Amino acid sequence: MATTRSPLRPRKSRVLTAVMAVYLLYTLVPLAWLLISATKTQQDLLSTSGLALGGTFALFDNIAETFTHDGGIFLRWLGNTLLYVVLGAGGATVLATAAGYGLAKYRFRGRRAVFAVLLGAIAIPGTALAVPTFLMFSNLGLTNTPWAIIIPSLVSPFGLYLVWTYAVEAVPDDLLEAARIDGAGELRIFFTVTLRLLLPGVVTVALFAVVSTWNNYFLPLIMLSEPDWYPLTVGLNQWSAQASGVGAQPIYHLVITGAVITIVPLVVAFLLLQRFWQSGLTAGSVKQ
Amino acid sequence: MSPTRRSRQVAIVLATALATALSACSSGDGGTAAGGTTGTQDAVDAALREGGEITYWSWTPSAKAQVEAFQQEFPNVKVNYVNAGTGNDHYTKLQNAVKAGSGAPDVAQIEYQALPQFAMTGALVDLGQYGFNAFEDDYTPSTWNSVKVGGGLFGLPQDSGPMALFYNKEVFDRHGLTVPKTWDEYVETARKLHTADPTKYITSDTGDAGFATSMIWQAGGKPFTTDGKNVKIDLQDEGARKWTATWDELVEEKLVSTIPGWSDAWYKALGDGTIATLATGAWMPGVLESSVPGGAGKWAVAPLPTYDGKTPVTAENGGGGQSVLKQSAKPALAAAFVRWLNNGNGVKPFLDSGGFPATKADLESSAFKDEAAPYFGGQQINQVLTAAAGQVVPGWSYLPYQLYANSVFGDTVGKSYADSTSLDPGLTAWQQALVDYGNQQGFTVTTG
Repeated sequence: MATTRSPLRPRKSRVLTAVMAVYLLYTLVPLAWLLISATKTQQDLLSTSGLALGGTFALFDNIAETFTHDGGIFLRWLGNTLLYVVLGAGGATVLATAAGYGLAKYRFRGRRAVFAVLLGAIAIPGTALAVPTFLMFSNLGLTNTPWAIIIPSLVSPFGLYLVWTYAVEAVPDDLLEAARIDGAGELRIFFTVTLRLLLPGVVTVALFAVVSTWNNYFLPLIMLSEPDWYPLTVGLNQWSAQASGVGAQPIYHLVITGAVITIVPLVVAFLLLQRFWQSGLTAGSVKQ
Repeated sequence: MSPTRRSRQVAIVLATALATALSACSSGDGGTAAGGTTGTQDAVDAALREGGEITYWSWTPSAKAQVEAFQQEFPNVKVNYVNAGTGNDHYTKLQNAVKAGSGAPDVAQIEYQALPQFAMTGALVDLGQYGFNAFEDDYTPSTWNSVKVGGGLFGLPQDSGPMALFYNKEVFDRHGLTVPKTWDEYVETARKLHTADPTKYITSDTGDAGFATSMIWQAGGKPFTTDGKNVKIDLQDEGARKWTATWDELVEEKLVSTIPGWSDAWYKALGDGTIATLATGAWMPGVLESSVPGGAGKWAVAPLPTYDGKTPVTAENGGGGQSVLKQSAKPALAAAFVRWLNNGNGVKPFLDSGGFPATKADLESSAFKDEAAPYFGGQQINQVLTAAAGQVVPGWSYLPYQLYANSVFGDTVGKSYADSTSLDPGLTAWQQALVDYGNQQGFTVTTG
């Protein structure tokens, strides 16, 4: 059969397929290594090949040990991470949504200035701000408390920018006008009309915020000294760092199992929310 | 995230924090590093009777057991034990808390290489005011020298790491190798081993600042001297060149494995004979016993090779002690805890956890010296290790910004390792980086 080209059935490209296959391997091999390694004892981990199963299947023992090691501190870290995600990423999403909508749909003095500050804020990496933030929080007496993680997490310049641009496209001015003529107050418009239209954008922002808070490492590393307040990232690193120097006690099997447990909620979140996310990504790409 | 990237970030924070801490120090009363004070232990005893609450930061394996034992002995004292991180993580937090003026613990574990940095910035209490200088004869000279900075006493030594040669006897026997007594023999052994079995290496070294400085120390080098704000750096002195002349052969001929130290691959290599020897501190047996079960019965300990093969000399590698922070609201009680840890009943739980002590009495006790170690095939390894404790070259000191120095070792000397070329240009580049940094930090740094 002769090849017919149609816009909906693009021609297959061997090169692209090969590139994708390599990329797939590149992404999946570390994950496979992680999953396989999580089934090994510390002893097997050091004596067998990384991509082959060990002598004993110790996944469940490892999981049990991860949750009980050092007085069950891992469970505490998991709870901390959830707390930081719910309050930090949740708050960041709410703030970004409200502010992004406001900036997109209301005209007021200083709007341009806010835009400039926002772009600047996106350009500055969080790492560069970590030490000044630490010193500021130290003056406020907030270091070594959960607030030191939650408050900085509430600010998401990129999320704000995303909602802003998304709201410009997704919320028609005419619709707002109609709602106002019907007598709805601004708050009611926001909650009943705007939020629904913004939902894909909000979910995208929420996902970004959840992922960045879940993976937040450097800020908690310098803010917290009390392991009881560590999130999973810093806690796992502490377990991993135990392997070096005088009095080294490597527990790589627990670090690896802990890492697997750590990524499970993120994977679940992506699977559940990807429907929204896809529509969020493509929104605005076609002129309506 | 790769470890190098993380340590670089940590290094940046350390650098920033140190910069501000130093400038704060110079504008103030100049710290207390100079001079040194004397007093009696009465205040410490009184504080211990009165009791109270203190916080202790440490990552040593024995810390938890020690805190529990201390609280049992002194029920009126509450010690909040915090494991704030291992190595650089711990120091970053400590330096940040010092800089911020609050949040530091009362007592902290500080390794010998990091002590000058904290002592020079006025972060630590001079324990001389509590009469602790009287303990001098209780410790090996090299560890005591390590807690003295500019005449002040800024901690009590807990452990020590006199270097010895750990070797895999099974690998040596299989290839008919003899234990090298000189570094020339060591290089020769490395060649023979790698020729006989190309999968085996004499050791692994990808460029580690702690190892390099210890090796320069053993070779008689004294690259760092500090007098107040004046620092002298000479990483091309006779000792340093002696070491590089030997080590260059190993690096240039690719006779050392490039497995990074302390990685999972490294532990594996220690178990299966890929890495045949380790020149490292006397605390290594505890690590081998607990974490390299595959090496049981294979490893043995010999004195560190020397350059002339006659006088036994060695250096310290790793180890540290506990110090009292200036921020402490109860410095006398904190000092009492440090005294108990390293000059009292705290030593026993430390020894039980497999630690190698700094206290002469424990090093010389026959129970410790003559103990046969099953992991080492029954060899009385402490005979070798305690002998080494008395053979450390005297007069060594670290830089007052050694943590920063170590963090940029990889960027400079690490290049020589990566290219398998002579280490001398790398050391020269390292020296230049340290001179520049020191001058920026308000020191007056000279070379040569």
